[in-house]
Amino acid sequence: MKKLINAPDAVLQDELHGIEAAHGDRVRVSYDPAYIVRIDAPVQGKVGIISGGGSGHEPMHGGYVGPGMLDAACPGEVFTSPTPDQMIEATKAVNGGAGVVHVVKNYTGDVMNFDMAAEMGRGEDIEVETVLTNDDVAVEDSLYTAGRRGVGVTVLVEKICGGAAEDRKSLKEVADLGRRVNANGRSMGMALTPCITPASGNPSFELGDDEVEIGIGIHGEPGRFREKIGPASQIAERLMTPILEDLPFNSGDRVLAFVNGMGGTPLIELYIMYNEVAKIAQERGLTIERNLIGNYITSLEMQGCSITLLKLDDEMVRYWDAPVNTPALRWGV
Amino acid sequence: MTDGNPGQLTVAITRDTTLDWMNRFAAEMSEHRQELVALDTAIGDGDHGTNMNRGMTKAIERLGAAEQPDVGAVLKTVAMALVSTVGGAAGPLYGTLFLQMGNALAGQETVDLATYAGAWRKGLEGVQARGKAQPQDKTMVDALIPAVDALEGASDLDGGLRAAAQAAQEGMTATTPLVARKGRASYLGERSAGHQDPGATSTYYLFESAVEAFAG
Repeated sequence: MKKLINAPDAVLQDELHGIEAAHGDRVRVSYDPAYIVRIDAPVQGKVGIISGGGSGHEPMHGGYVGPGMLDAACPGEVFTSPTPDQMIEATKAVNGGAGVVHVVKNYTGDVMNFDMAAEMGRGEDIEVETVLTNDDVAVEDSLYTAGRRGVGVTVLVEKICGGAAEDRKSLKEVADLGRRVNANGRSMGMALTPCITPASGNPSFELGDDEVEIGIGIHGEPGRFREKIGPASQIAERLMTPILEDLPFNSGDRVLAFVNGMGGTPLIELYIMYNEVAKIAQERGLTIERNLIGNYITSLEMQGCSITLLKLDDEMVRYWDAPVNTPALRWGV
Repeated sequence: MTDGNPGQLTVAITRDTTLDWMNRFAAEMSEHRQELVALDTAIGDGDHGTNMNRGMTKAIERLGAAEQPDVGAVLKTVAMALVSTVGGAAGPLYGTLFLQMGNALAGQETVDLATYAGAWRKGLEGVQARGKAQPQDKTMVDALIPAVDALEGASDLDGGLRAAAQAAQEGMTATTPLVARKGRASYLGERSAGHQDPGATSTYYLFESAVEAFAG
């Protein structure tokens, strides 16, 4: 394992110090319990939005703290859910009297820890609404699995809910909008290489030099199947077909197309993938009204990508376009 | 206290022996960290050993930092340390297990077999309420259920602890062929078969530590 770290046990703390050093003008970092919060929090009268999850997916979530997006983020250890005490303290720190939305990705640990936070936080007298993201079509959603994973759509939920909260929408309106974004978004990812967590020091799975894993999760969870690598057009087809069929997306739909890098993929390849996605969208009669291309929800140094399609409505477009000023996403300011 | 007769080696369950139990469990988590990481890497995300070791290290630190008046207090202190430091699924699940046991044993200075078994039952119920796992889902519950059943069916503490540890071990081993239906391993579907569940494995070590601490 070769990584730019001081020690495996110090990764999270050292990263938080780096975030504070770089962005201390706009965010405050609490170390125990660990959370990153807008420097002007709580914003009176505004619905607060927090999220959290294991580290290793940067810039999600800490990079999205700022006006127009998250009020706070709770980072766990690498690929490990944060703990209820972090979530409770972050919730209190962002409560401006209008309630707080918890954006939770559907993973067993994240869901249980946010549940415990909600239980333990009762009596704090803060109204909390939870928006669960579960957009990964690679996972069969049934009673016999932990359900679909929350992946790319989480970034879109955080941005769009953030815009609505800045517009002083109510707790219920912000949460319902978030749920609508999740319900209309679908994603699927693939890997060219595994990733290595600092704690384990070993690859999360083995993949031959000429193989790709289709349907990968953001923690290196193996996907639906593996196959010999083909051209970008074939890989785009492999990811787009299940996405398009699942919602389903129909001719005439307006969409946001999000091509996300897993952390180790150069932007040149993401643009090649975007071109393939745009071609398929055009063939299907979809209008790509907005797009996002880059490394936004990553899996350490994994090479690969994910595609997220969101079926847009006017309200989603309005809050997608609204100003945002965070370390990782910034426009209109 | 041991009385020196073979077959009658049981140490009473007191605050001090419960502290010893937790110290031994922490040592097991440290010793078997890599084993648990390897099991979790195969079907999960590879952090179980690291997280349990971090959590139990913090628990022992907190146990030493404040007076623990009784058995229940020891277990509740461990619960809160795990909830606030482990994260993942193991934090809420082990935290709930110890919290429910601690509540059941609150104020107790000496605990007999029936009370101890009853506390485990409460803990098991808490784990199932939190994680929604059923038997054969390939989780820690597959080690817990037979072990708690064995404790409840025992006539003496020493025999009950040994039977529970053996049942936990068998439950742990029996997770290997199962297809996971809960947690991150469930994403693998059929590919999760053929691997022993890491949560059931750490649960076995918890019962093994109990034998060492209480059964002499």
